[in-house]
Amino acid sequence: MPTQIDSDEVQRLVAVGAQLVEVLKPDEYEGEHLPGAISIPLKKLDGETAKVLDRSRPVIVYCWDSA
Amino acid sequence: MSPRAAWRLESLGFQNVYDYEGGKLDWMAAGLPTEGADVKRKRAGDLAKKDAPTCTMDEKLGDVRARVKDAVVVINEHNIVMGILRSKELEQDGNLTIEQAMHPGPSTFRPYVTAADMADFMVGHHLECSPITTSEGKLVGLLYQADAVQAAKEGARSPQGA
Repeated sequence: MPTQIDSDEVQRLVAVGAQLVEVLKPDEYEGEHLPGAISIPLKKLDGETAKVLDRSRPVIVYCWDSA
Repeated sequence: MSPRAAWRLESLGFQNVYDYEGGKLDWMAAGLPTEGADVKRKRAGDLAKKDAPTCTMDEKLGDVRARVKDAVVVINEHNIVMGILRSKELEQDGNLTIEQAMHPGPSTFRPYVTAADMADFMVGHHLECSPITTSEGKLVGLLYQADAVQAAKEGARSPQGA
């Protein structure tokens, strides 16, 4: 079950190697995103696109808010 | 959207998945850095005076007035915005407590609101200044209408707009 976290925990996890993934549309990512985040829109998230992620490190996903 | 993405990653075999539920809005509201094509847009958090004068509700208006020029934000011990005193409130009887004299529950704005949107709202509502806060209500700074209008004009002149 995915763990819900806040911005403090995001910063702590990123500092120890977590990967940030924005799942919004590409234009929303290009406009503004968290430092170091990569873009994998939810509609394109599958086994192929997820290959860019390192399975040995934590993965943090985010969108605009929890909606 | 992100909860579904987190579950999807788990279904793909990822075992260490986190959902940042506050997302990009929460991040920007906290004034944390971002990257991207729109980053250069001036926003309320960039323009707000971080050293804005503050006071607490139990102080006397006369004492506060002696140390501020035009506006002061009323906060509690957790840095939460409780009210504001602009020019009009500061002109009242100096024996009043701040709780009695302040404008309670002022409209507050998040740091990610653009200068252009802030300028439109502040001019339209005749606000000389407005508190900028996190989504929890913690004071980030005080934005003056003149600064928002100036930044909006400069943004409109730049090639990328504001």
